[in-house]
Amino acid sequence: MRSRKTNIFYGIDWVLILFYFMLVLFGWINIYSATITEEQFDIINFSTEYGKQLIWIGLSFPIILLILLFDAKFYEKYASLIYLICLISLAGLFIFGKNINGATSWYNFGSFGLQPSEFAKAATALAIAKLVSDKQFNLKKINTQLQAFLILFFPAILITLQPDPGSALVYTAFIFVLYREGLPFYYITVGFITLILFVITLYFGFSYTLLGSFLLFVIILFYFIFYRKRALKKGWVKILGIYFVAAFFIFSVDLVFNHVFEQRHRDRFNILLGKTTDIKNIGYNTNQSVTTIASGGLTGRGFLEGERTQGNFVPEQQTDYIFTIVGEEWGFLGTTIVILIFTLFLLRIIQIAERQKSKFSRVYGYSIAAIFFTHYTINIGMVLGLLPTIGIPLPFFSYGGSALWGFTILLFLLVRLDANRSYEW
Amino acid sequence: MKRSGLLTFLIIFTALIFIGRLFYLQVLNNSYAVPALNSSAVKTTYDYPARGYVYDRNGTLLVANQLSYDIMVIPREVKPLDTLEFCSLLKITKEDFIRKLDKATHYSTRIPSPFLIELSKNDYAYLQEKMHKFKGFFIIKRSLREYPINAAPNVLGYISEVNESMIKKNPYYQLGELIGTAGIEKTYEDILRGTKGVKYIQRDRFNKEIGSYKNGIYDTLPVPGKDITLTLDSKLQQYGEALMVNKRGGIVAIEPSSGEILALVSTPTFDPNLMVGRERSKNFTKLYLDTISNPLLDRGLQGEYPPGSPFKVITALAALQENVITPSTTIRCINNKYHYGNRTMDCHCNTFGSPIELNKAIYRSCNSYFANAYKKAIEKYPTSTEGMDVWSNHVKSFGLGNYLNNDLSVGQKGLVPDGNFYNKWYPNNRWTATYNISNAIGQGEILTTPIQLANMTVAVANRGFYFIPHIVKTIKDKELNSKFTTPINTTINKEHFEPVIEGLFNVFENPRGTARGSKVSGIEICGKTGTAENPHGQDHSIFIAFAPKDNPKIAIAVFVENGYWGSRWAGPIASLMIEKYLNGATTRPWVEQNMFNGSLQHEYEKELLQETIDIEK
Repeated sequence: MRSRKTNIFYGIDWVLILFYFMLVLFGWINIYSATITEEQFDIINFSTEYGKQLIWIGLSFPIILLILLFDAKFYEKYASLIYLICLISLAGLFIFGKNINGATSWYNFGSFGLQPSEFAKAATALAIAKLVSDKQFNLKKINTQLQAFLILFFPAILITLQPDPGSALVYTAFIFVLYREGLPFYYITVGFITLILFVITLYFGFSYTLLGSFLLFVIILFYFIFYRKRALKKGWVKILGIYFVAAFFIFSVDLVFNHVFEQRHRDRFNILLGKTTDIKNIGYNTNQSVTTIASGGLTGRGFLEGERTQGNFVPEQQTDYIFTIVGEEWGFLGTTIVILIFTLFLLRIIQIAERQKSKFSRVYGYSIAAIFFTHYTINIGMVLGLLPTIGIPLPFFSYGGSALWGFTILLFLLVRLDANRSYEW
Repeated sequence: MKRSGLLTFLIIFTALIFIGRLFYLQVLNNSYAVPALNSSAVKTTYDYPARGYVYDRNGTLLVANQLSYDIMVIPREVKPLDTLEFCSLLKITKEDFIRKLDKATHYSTRIPSPFLIELSKNDYAYLQEKMHKFKGFFIIKRSLREYPINAAPNVLGYISEVNESMIKKNPYYQLGELIGTAGIEKTYEDILRGTKGVKYIQRDRFNKEIGSYKNGIYDTLPVPGKDITLTLDSKLQQYGEALMVNKRGGIVAIEPSSGEILALVSTPTFDPNLMVGRERSKNFTKLYLDTISNPLLDRGLQGEYPPGSPFKVITALAALQENVITPSTTIRCINNKYHYGNRTMDCHCNTFGSPIELNKAIYRSCNSYFANAYKKAIEKYPTSTEGMDVWSNHVKSFGLGNYLNNDLSVGQKGLVPDGNFYNKWYPNNRWTATYNISNAIGQGEILTTPIQLANMTVAVANRGFYFIPHIVKTIKDKELNSKFTTPINTTINKEHFEPVIEGLFNVFENPRGTARGSKVSGIEICGKTGTAENPHGQDHSIFIAFAPKDNPKIAIAVFVENGYWGSRWAGPIASLMIEKYLNGATTRPWVEQNMFNGSLQHEYEKELLQETIDIEK
């Protein structure tokens, strides 16, 4: 039996790597289409964005090799340290960082920039995995829950302060991990209900929502009075309590939305809910994005033939709106294939996570599945006009070195851990 | 449910939602879908072909194209330049330069705006050499019309920018494009214009052009406009316009054997070059608002007047056809009066009661004779209505009373009354021929335009048929419409024409003929004078003629407003035109000079004065 001592590729999951290459390659093709100009047709041209992206892709191979070279136990052992370094690098931004587009998210090394928040996801996933894999750890206890939430809170708050709330939002992905590892279900329920109440309040206004919730409360009360009198006797405090909390939440949604949010945030929600239509200014991005995708039709316009892509109609098309190129140039067939590849990729990660003997590896695998899922859902949901405009990249597709490397590290740490699955830890 | 199932479920659920949304957006018809060539990313530009040239029947160029040069600027591409040199080349001041550039910048920094328009050829020649120095500026050529010969603006017409209602009618046109709005520019617009070429250009979101759309597979090439040769003889036309100086009216000359219009004069006239270029709008307004002399009215085509005595030719022919008179039928005209019932009609034939036959009646223009013939023709039938209808059909067969359906952009129907017309005025057949006896001598209800009169003369000259008078002789690579080459027969038998033509011949030849003064030695002219009564002022002077008598080459109708009587203005002008056309020169310089220098302006002023007095009353 060959061992890792002679071959660092031993035991790695080639299916996952195949998906990885498919996504990176197709992503690059679309970046090429988005950033090509009539004067430059050469593929290797490092002054262009597609040329640079090619360098990032090339440089990700040494990174992959480096990750595979270390022992799997190394990551478990030093997870806390890696997490700490990441927190320091995030905090350091406030001193050394460079402000680009209103957010201090970048370290600048000459013409080259690094975005630590892209790497913090991997570090946080390692830290959570380390914490949860501890044999003493029990998510049913409020104490341990707090520990887990604190690990998520630090990077999230540092990123929010940059301010880059979109990237911070990704940390909510860990709720799936914690649930998988024993967090009570009502966290999910409460989260879900909160979300629904939030949208309903925004859509109907808080007075109607309050009225509606009061009617619902009365109906439930009658139900209990007529059919479950006994249960009511015990639980009336609970029911009343839930109602008051909900009413308070509805109030506070209105308060936060109208007084804490900035106008641009309000606009994004209003456009999504169809309360404002303005395709020129605030709704420009979404309208252009959706129109561009729609203009692709069933089979698309063909590579480099998308007129709206070539006309640069969609802002930030090579980064957050990269999926619109797939939509216009490759059509419904192309978009469906990309959605299917992402779905299979995510399912494969979950499958790999579930086959781990080590709890650390499993939690880590589950974490990255949740992170990739959140990125992909928020990004494509935004591009399709289903979610408000939140600027986060589509994994492996969007232009940007930090993002590509961050996602590569995230994925290949799992590949490395997975390669060790048959060994005893 | 296993706890690991939640995320798996959400992944599959999300995938289904996304694919569903994509299916809605991309496959189902929805409001987001945009047609390929109509989207905001593709700009359509047009390549305009040169408009066709227009020649006269002898190949003289009448309408050509001249290039005008506009300097355009794209402000954001302007690099620092030698402003002084640039301004001196363009002959503008530095202040002008700054103001114009500011204006362009204000409009758009990326889209070209006109900087200086309609440069002369000379300026362009200098500038072209140095243009490379001035980044962001470029020259575009535009095509304008040019009229080398100052003649026939009413025939040639002009082009102007299309307006909204034209665009609605014909989607070919876009705002800012040019369209023929009068004359042959209008009637032969499709042929002269050609077809514009279309280019699709890919734009980015700033509307900046970034190349041709799909390498130009949808682009089309422009098809140049076709040249047109008119039937007009530009020398004759100019001569006619010169003869009509200071007189209002029209001349229409037609070649009887083909229906080709040789001259179509309407005065007062104007220089067609006024309708070109930057001053067009100003000039047009000036002409349009001149309601007194009304130069934009084509009097040859649109002026409806009572035809007067020339109409007696038709009265005679209709009576001959109806067999109510023969060439030898005589009457006596006593005391220059025609008596009907207890009323009388004046006559000016001065025959003192001697018996006169048809020939003499024509050359002396005897009202009594034709009133008699008319009355007999109507009374031949049991009711006046029937008689009137038959007579009316004879008249209409000469092309009177309706549009000629020709290729000129304007026209009028004129009026030829029929039985029903009078039944409305006098119901239950309570009328007889004497009620409208004036029709016999071309007064009464009858109205004709000069071109109808000319066409009627053609039919007489041809002894019974005419071709629809038309202005276009040939179109390059295209057949002439067959309706212009098919003869149209009148309802009068051929044999009835000869005696009438003899009479018309005697108008010139007989020592007592009404136009003996306009006789041209060596040319056998047949004609008829006319004096149409005008309630507003001095009578109109009318003349119709054709020559030579046998195998006629030209038929002409001349109409001079307030010209006293037929042989005073219209007769000499007609004879001069005929002489000029047939011989190429005239032999009567004194007559010619009289016509060139003669003016009726005082009559028009008198009329204007009278109107002013009437208004003030």
